[in-house]
Amino acid sequence: MPTKRIYGLVAEFESPGQLLEAANRAREAGYRSIDAFSPMPIEGLAEAVGFGNTRLPLVVLFGGMFGAAGGFFLQWYANVLSFPLNVDGKPFNSWPAFIPITFELTILCAALAATIGMLAMNGLPTPYHPLFNVPRFVMATRGRFFLCIKARDKKFDIGSARQFLESLKPFGVYEAEV
Amino acid sequence: MATDTLRDRFDQIQRRAFILGIAALTLAVLDGIRAPEQFVRSYLLAFVFWLGFPLGCAAFLMVHHLTGGFWGLPIRRPLEAGTRTLPLLTALALPLLLGLSRLYSWTHSDLVAADVALKLKQPYLNLPFFLIRNGIYFAVWWTLTVRLNRWSDEQDRTGDPLLAARLENMSGPGLVLYGLTVTFFSIDWIMSLEPHWFSTIFGMIFMVLQVLGALALAILVAGLLSRREPIASAITPDRFNDLGNLVLTFVMLWAYLAFSQFLIIWAGNLIKEIPWYVTRAEGGWAVVALVMIFFSFAIPFYLLLMRAVKRSTETLSILCGALIITNFVDVYWMVVPAFEKSGPRFYLLDFLLPVGMGGIWVAAFVRQLKSRPLLPLHDPRFAGALEHGH
Repeated sequence: MPTKRIYGLVAEFESPGQLLEAANRAREAGYRSIDAFSPMPIEGLAEAVGFGNTRLPLVVLFGGMFGAAGGFFLQWYANVLSFPLNVDGKPFNSWPAFIPITFELTILCAALAATIGMLAMNGLPTPYHPLFNVPRFVMATRGRFFLCIKARDKKFDIGSARQFLESLKPFGVYEAEV
Repeated sequence: MATDTLRDRFDQIQRRAFILGIAALTLAVLDGIRAPEQFVRSYLLAFVFWLGFPLGCAAFLMVHHLTGGFWGLPIRRPLEAGTRTLPLLTALALPLLLGLSRLYSWTHSDLVAADVALKLKQPYLNLPFFLIRNGIYFAVWWTLTVRLNRWSDEQDRTGDPLLAARLENMSGPGLVLYGLTVTFFSIDWIMSLEPHWFSTIFGMIFMVLQVLGALALAILVAGLLSRREPIASAITPDRFNDLGNLVLTFVMLWAYLAFSQFLIIWAGNLIKEIPWYVTRAEGGWAVVALVMIFFSFAIPFYLLLMRAVKRSTETLSILCGALIITNFVDVYWMVVPAFEKSGPRFYLLDFLLPVGMGGIWVAAFVRQLKSRPLLPLHDPRFAGALEHGH
């Protein structure tokens, strides 16, 4: 008999309040690898599933610094090394004139770093996800709220996890196969 | 019990600030008898700096009346108390009128006669018109601040929901009037110290400095009161985050305008425009300019990008306190080089007069602040603002 490989257990709830409560209870019960799915943002849910600070601000900072350095170098190289032109008797390295472009490129690179970094850190795009194997999971985009305890959680045991989720009085509990 | 101790604390600060102010002003007058020229210059510096607070407070109040938002809850009353110090600043303006001829070359008919540019500017830059214009500015500012306070007070007592709409309706035109009067005020009092120079952004830079100073002051006051009720329940990390973002906006706006003025004049390289910057970017003044680039822009900008700084009442208040000091340096750098071309020189009066005026100003501010409830709870815009969870 082939053994099923389990991604995790999913519980379906009917209200955002129930999901928030369930997420908090799951953390209190010692589960750490949990995730929640909701059709709309729920205040406090991110903290409840243990989502803390990300490194995205650092990525954006480096993007901005790259843009600033690159933007200034671009103009400095063109005006001082590659093609020096005497404009109005001003020095070739006329830094005040370089500031607007430097600023624009700082913002551009920081914004690109934010967008690309966000997508990369979220693992997007994700064409396949084990939770898609749960037929009821389509409701996560409509009006139902899901809490998943992942199999990689150290405390995970299919029997006790199911018992725990059932104790939260969900609409249903489903297994998600990999 | 708690409100009693708060009241005592207010009384104590008010008394101490007043004593400090009177002491510093007395010393300043004693020192000023020897050097009336320097007294008038330092007096102008102190006056322009402290006038920024009531005016900036009025402008920022009007911005909030137009936009709404719960972030206004903890700073509304400090801002209103700030606007009610305008009578004090009006009284403090009067001694300055006696010293105009010591400050402005355009008041001397022999100098005007010898200078073509000054002669051409005379229809605007002359003493009677200067006085009439300033009468208009102060009349506009009095009208705005009296209405802002009277209607807010009425709202507190009656809870009439129509008053919020009235405040909103006056704030749009009010801000236009603020912009016009402050622009012309800055031309009359600061730009005409060097009457050959002109810049159209100058008034905007001045406004941003005033609003930034007022916002920093209101946040500092809210931060100092944050451990006590009722302010404690009005402050949430989210609201301080919003306020921090507003400070960041004004820091960036100041840098943007200050740099734009510089870039345009630098690129144009015209003989009438560059002397203002040549003075301010050479010798000792270049050091002051560098200090401003770092302490008025780069460092606060970097710190205010971080959420942790904005969400903490303590760090944001400290930063705002520091910004009030850099604000003074900015005003100093705009005003004083008109008299001291070769670089900043230390005059005791440049210290005594801002501190003396500041002491009296703080006393007046605290007196106004304690005279009304610390939170505007009858404003329909703030309905539900004290409920937790949002």
